[in-house]
Amino acid sequence: MPQPEIVISDIYKAFGDREVLKGISVNVERGSTLAVMGGSGSGKSVLLKHLVGLMLPDSGEVWVQGQRIDELSGKDLNASRLRIGYLFQGGALFDSLTVAENLDFVLRRHTTMNPVERREYIQNVIAWVNLPDVANQYPAELSGGQKKRIALARAIILNPDILLCDEPTTGLDPISVRTVSHLIMRLKAERGITSVAITHDLLCAEIIADNVAFIFEGKILQQGQLTELRSSEHPQLRDFFG
Amino acid sequence: MNGFTKIIEEVGGIATFSIKVFTQLFQRPFEFRELLRQMDETGSKSLILVLVTGCSIGIVLSMQSRGTLARFGAEAVLPSMLALSIVKEIGPVITSLVLAGRLGAGIAAELGSMRVTEQIDALEVSALQPFKYIVITRVLACVVMFPLLTIVCDIIALLGGYIEALLSSNLDYRLFIDKAFSSLRLSDVLFSTGKTCVFGFLVSIVGCYSGYHVKGGTREVGQAAMRAVVIGSLLVLLADVLMVRLSLILFGS
Repeated sequence: MPQPEIVISDIYKAFGDREVLKGISVNVERGSTLAVMGGSGSGKSVLLKHLVGLMLPDSGEVWVQGQRIDELSGKDLNASRLRIGYLFQGGALFDSLTVAENLDFVLRRHTTMNPVERREYIQNVIAWVNLPDVANQYPAELSGGQKKRIALARAIILNPDILLCDEPTTGLDPISVRTVSHLIMRLKAERGITSVAITHDLLCAEIIADNVAFIFEGKILQQGQLTELRSSEHPQLRDFFG
Repeated sequence: MNGFTKIIEEVGGIATFSIKVFTQLFQRPFEFRELLRQMDETGSKSLILVLVTGCSIGIVLSMQSRGTLARFGAEAVLPSMLALSIVKEIGPVITSLVLAGRLGAGIAAELGSMRVTEQIDALEVSALQPFKYIVITRVLACVVMFPLLTIVCDIIALLGGYIEALLSSNLDYRLFIDKAFSSLRLSDVLFSTGKTCVFGFLVSIVGCYSGYHVKGGTREVGQAAMRAVVIGSLLVLLADVLMVRLSLILFGS
């Protein structure tokens, strides 16, 4: 039986007296997409940060591709991070660099491509996210949807096996939500990427999710297909899905 | 947490941060391109401020001192007094305080914004060592540029002082230069200018520490910038007292 790509096992995390994660366990199979849903402050983003070692659990284990991420450090952690793409909520593009420089910044340090090859590769990647004409613009000159797509381009530029998305469609209009969500779907279809997406956008979850885990007050309330969760009689789920 | 514990925590945090800078300073990769960019940000973009500051303190010091010296019949020592006070103390300290305002706040606000908008996390998850890229380059840029800007400030202040002396008493420039520089020892110039490397280190470390550890939103970014200026300026003044004492032990008065 194949091992899941991501295994989160009984993790707890507190900030001072405030317990944010209270014993979360969840597996993500290779090539599948898990959407983590829940209200604001339920601990979704904190959970995602544990998968790349940006946060360490107080107890519990985080396994990614058979490696225990929460025990890695230095070069081993960096090597593991290079197999993971991370799409941040606000894009987190470097605002002092143009779009092309943002992408080149990562490529230059982690590949042996020469400048001509890098330029060509970057052009292909921004064409893939359907924004071939923004290479020389600064992030401040882009719309919210464009920023998300360029941030997605940066997240996948090193061809990661796993993509983590923190609210990939929050604040976008429905057309942009569909565009970004379909790009994430294409990654799964074309490259077999395993994804975990934090979202409270139903449209996005409908398009991308194979499975949904619903978090409430630091615990997984229910996990399964989106249709199962939407038809659940649980009061919190009924409140959330309306 | 009471105020005293907070201060101890802050001092400990800055000390640990400084040790991290020293331990990572000579480890690869070296970010030369970013270092040059930061030197440009720190140096050339502070130049106008330093020029205006230097010119102003030279002129004012010359105007204020002339009357006092004349009362004791010691107007002739004005060039020496200007050179000694500017090169040994006023130039380095005023330049560093002015830069603590401009750069300390700028660094803390920039890094704070990068933290709030998750740009530092983005560097981290891309395995790009944000500490080396963001902190070490800024600290090195300040350590290199503070003394250079101090030299510029000293020269402009002396020039300002001479112009004032020329307009007031038609003082010959050869006499001014001769008197001014005969009173200075090489050790005065080297030590006084060299101590601004320490001031640059302190200002940049405090700015980077304040910005790097911002938690929350834009309000905290503003507070970090303010804290960087206040702590940076205080540390410059405190370090100056210690280093002047050290110079007196090493080189005498």
